[in-house]
Amino acid sequence: MKRRVELKNNQREIYYFRLRLALSIGFVLVLLFLLLSRFIYLQIIKHAHYQTLAENNRISVVPIVPNRGLILDRNGVILAHNYSGYTLEITPSKMTDLDSTIDQLAQLIDIQIKDRKRFKKLLAESHNFESLPIRNQLTDDEVARFAAQSYRFPGVEVKARLFREYPYNEKTSHLIGYIGRINDTDIQQLEDDDSASNYRGSDYIGKTGLEQSYESELHGTTGVQQMEVDAGGRGVRVLSHTPPVSGNTLVLSLDAKLQEIADNAFGNYRGALVAIDPNNGEVLAFISRPGYDPNLFIDGIDEDSWTELNNSPDVPLNNRALRGQYPMGSTIKPFMALAGLYYGKRAPSYTISDPGYYALAGSSHHYRDWKKEGHGMVDMFKSIVVSCDTYYYGLAVELGIDNMYNFLSQFGFGKLTGIDLEGETSGLMPSQEWKMKRYKQKWYAGDTVSAGIGQGYDLTTPMQLAFATAILANNGIGYRPHLVRQIRHGDSNDTVVPEVKPEFNLNLNPEHVALIKSAMVAVTQPGGTAAQASAGAPYSIAGKTGTAQVVGIKQGEKYNASQLSERNRDHAWFIAFAPADKPKIAMAVLVENGGHGGAVAAPIARKLMDYYLLGKVPPPVVPPANAHSGVVATEVAQPEPEHD
Amino acid sequence: MIKQPLWPQLKRYLLLHIDPVLMLALSLLLVTGLIVLFSATDASWGRVMAQAGNITVALFCMWLVANIPLHYLMRTALPMYVFGMVLLIGVALFGEVSHGARRWLNIGVATIQPSELMKIAVPLMMARYFEKNEATLTLKNYFFAALLLLLPVALIARQPDLGTAVLISASGFYVLFLAGLSWRVMGALFVAALASAPVLWSMLHDYQKHRIMMLLDPSQDALGKGYHTIQGMIAVGSGGFLGKGFLNGTQTHLDFLPERTTDFIFAVFSEEFGLLGNLILLGMFIFIIGRGFVITANASTYFTRLMAGSVTLTFFTYAFVNMGMVSGILPVVGVPLPLVSYGGTSMVTLLLGFGMLMSIHTHKTLVQT
Repeated sequence: MKRRVELKNNQREIYYFRLRLALSIGFVLVLLFLLLSRFIYLQIIKHAHYQTLAENNRISVVPIVPNRGLILDRNGVILAHNYSGYTLEITPSKMTDLDSTIDQLAQLIDIQIKDRKRFKKLLAESHNFESLPIRNQLTDDEVARFAAQSYRFPGVEVKARLFREYPYNEKTSHLIGYIGRINDTDIQQLEDDDSASNYRGSDYIGKTGLEQSYESELHGTTGVQQMEVDAGGRGVRVLSHTPPVSGNTLVLSLDAKLQEIADNAFGNYRGALVAIDPNNGEVLAFISRPGYDPNLFIDGIDEDSWTELNNSPDVPLNNRALRGQYPMGSTIKPFMALAGLYYGKRAPSYTISDPGYYALAGSSHHYRDWKKEGHGMVDMFKSIVVSCDTYYYGLAVELGIDNMYNFLSQFGFGKLTGIDLEGETSGLMPSQEWKMKRYKQKWYAGDTVSAGIGQGYDLTTPMQLAFATAILANNGIGYRPHLVRQIRHGDSNDTVVPEVKPEFNLNLNPEHVALIKSAMVAVTQPGGTAAQASAGAPYSIAGKTGTAQVVGIKQGEKYNASQLSERNRDHAWFIAFAPADKPKIAMAVLVENGGHGGAVAAPIARKLMDYYLLGKVPPPVVPPANAHSGVVATEVAQPEPEHD
Repeated sequence: MIKQPLWPQLKRYLLLHIDPVLMLALSLLLVTGLIVLFSATDASWGRVMAQAGNITVALFCMWLVANIPLHYLMRTALPMYVFGMVLLIGVALFGEVSHGARRWLNIGVATIQPSELMKIAVPLMMARYFEKNEATLTLKNYFFAALLLLLPVALIARQPDLGTAVLISASGFYVLFLAGLSWRVMGALFVAALASAPVLWSMLHDYQKHRIMMLLDPSQDALGKGYHTIQGMIAVGSGGFLGKGFLNGTQTHLDFLPERTTDFIFAVFSEEFGLLGNLILLGMFIFIIGRGFVITANASTYFTRLMAGSVTLTFFTYAFVNMGMVSGILPVVGVPLPLVSYGGTSMVTLLLGFGMLMSIHTHKTLVQT
């Protein structure tokens, strides 16, 4: 056995070897065939599929965000603009330890606690894959310092972008509003409007004010760039480019100087003011005080500032001009008088004897006049000039609440004015039907009595009262109030001027109007409730003071400003237009807790008129040290009986 | 003494042991490799020149080996094998870790990768063992030879370096196969391998398991482990029949392809030259392998037959595994495309193998005379 193995057969061995070699060659050929099949499958059969994948790999569509449109006043003064600057942005999804990265960044760049807080807030609201700013408006020095160290911070980058800025700060905050980072609600809204694609790449959207109302004009059209990108997502070259179209520029009817004068005129008072050109509805000034710094909101407000703004008793975020609802007080009287004339309930010459109170037939309840001893003999003219309450108690009862509702509604009370700002409230003009609906109660005669002097259920916004005043000034012809005068195309400067045409004509009797206007002029003359503020004006002012009660005064009690805490004092109203014969400006001024309209609100109106009609700039006021001292000063200035 | 012109004589002497056919085939492939490398490095000369340097060194090594008669080389088998094993054990104990694997050994002057040495040493050792026991081959000898193979493979797989382990296993298996391992044993081994697959699976590193899972469904982790496979397939598939043209591959030049100068260089080639280019490349490989088979078939001794067959089939294995993994039919194991991928060590190892083939072919006649 063993021998047979030792005697090897060379020939047979080579035969076996070559057999195995042949098998190997077969093995090789089979595998090569397998490879070849695979190549044919990938490169011929599935070629189109992989071709698409390769294209998708390399082409990225990059949106180019358009420049947001500017907002200018009627003279071209900038109210909102963009400036370029640098932000330091972090992409949280690329971070392993966010906090330590920020700590390290803070060693290079000034990052404050409030920056961190704001960043945390943004982070909570954001989706993880977008980059979020930790610091805005880096200095050149900071940019250079970061650039040198940027290799240490993957996922952190300096970005050049445009910042929004509102140079007038809190002076125009309630009017211009602000933009802010797009949040989930905004995204939902954009998707519903089918405009989400135009916001690809955009981080900001108008949140309030004109920025919100005119978002579609201001945003512009997003451009598109098809980029060839490498695996790292870096652009290599541009394949196609559709430039963005800048947002349109809004030219407002607002006069920035007038706005500033009005804002200063308020001193430390809270309140609101709306001034309108009655001939076309252009809003010339729009104040709600206090304002806030809209620039804080753009990149997300920090926690502390937010809490402060929200918890302030002054509610600076409340747009008083547009949304604040106040009793009309005596400013209702000219309109009531018109209603009396219209319904034939009062002739101009009809005279009452005012004992200082009004009592319903068969009731001992006294509705007091503001003047305890009464105004004596009062006709319609005098009723407006001295603001006689007794006259209007009786008139209201004779008119009835439904006639009052029908007539006053024509001037826009209880309805939206339609101004081009979102968020307007409608105020309230009561009627029998309304009370039934709202309180499930019938209307009482007593309700009508207090409604007659604007102290009932009725509520108005300063915007509405200014609108009504403008209608009256323009003899019953109403123009929709608006802030935007022209829309300029972002790139070509083509200008669109929205058509201004009267919305309605109340067809008031010119004699009635003339009477009311002459009485309102007398209000500003010696003997009228706003005589002091109007003294020496080289043009005639038609006005009416008013007081809106904050707390009710019990029967037999006397209103005493000095005994009430500041916030319980009456709100002061003043409505006015000038020049009285050919009005160019009409306005409503509300001074919260200001007390008497003639003493506090009318001087503000006077400053606006002096500037608007004469170009007179009031001397710079040295602001009193604090709000309280401001109030004290007016108290001293207020003569005791001059209450309306 | 007849005086002859010096140069032609020297040239004849220098080229005496260079097989012209194999040399032509190798040159074509090497030049192709340099061209693809130029594209894979975004048309920069740096790596191309470095690779040209690697090729020069490797060709010199090949020439050197081609001039050594194989029976001299056979004598180095045992010392080389033992030395290699010592180094491998050294790596396992003191090796340097790079990219999560312990493959390199720092010997003071340089770091070396002993597994590369074993690519030559293992088949050489096994072929020598069979040659020595040629007259009295029994099953026992096959088992011992298998042990010679499995020891280094186990050490290399543990590093972990699956690619090299697969290649050395293949080269050793080819020796066993060509040495006439009986079909029955091979069948038994195959069944045993299948049975032990779950055990082997559990011994694999997580990343190796991942790579195998990715082959089954690369899209499940498109940006992670499946990225290589997916981008490779996209490159090959988007190449189409004619390819995107030299230097025009988007997958390549926009950085989508990973490791495109080394393991994935075939994807670069395939994207830019298409199916037509692949056919030509396959043709070059077939040319080289075919010539290897001719040399094997004509080898004069048992040792040289085993050695030549193993070298040829291992070369084929390299090419198949690489192209298979790039085109997505094999898991991603670190196997370069032979003679094309950038890298000096594998170039030297491969051309040393071809040097042996040339030596086998050209010394055969000398032995006979």
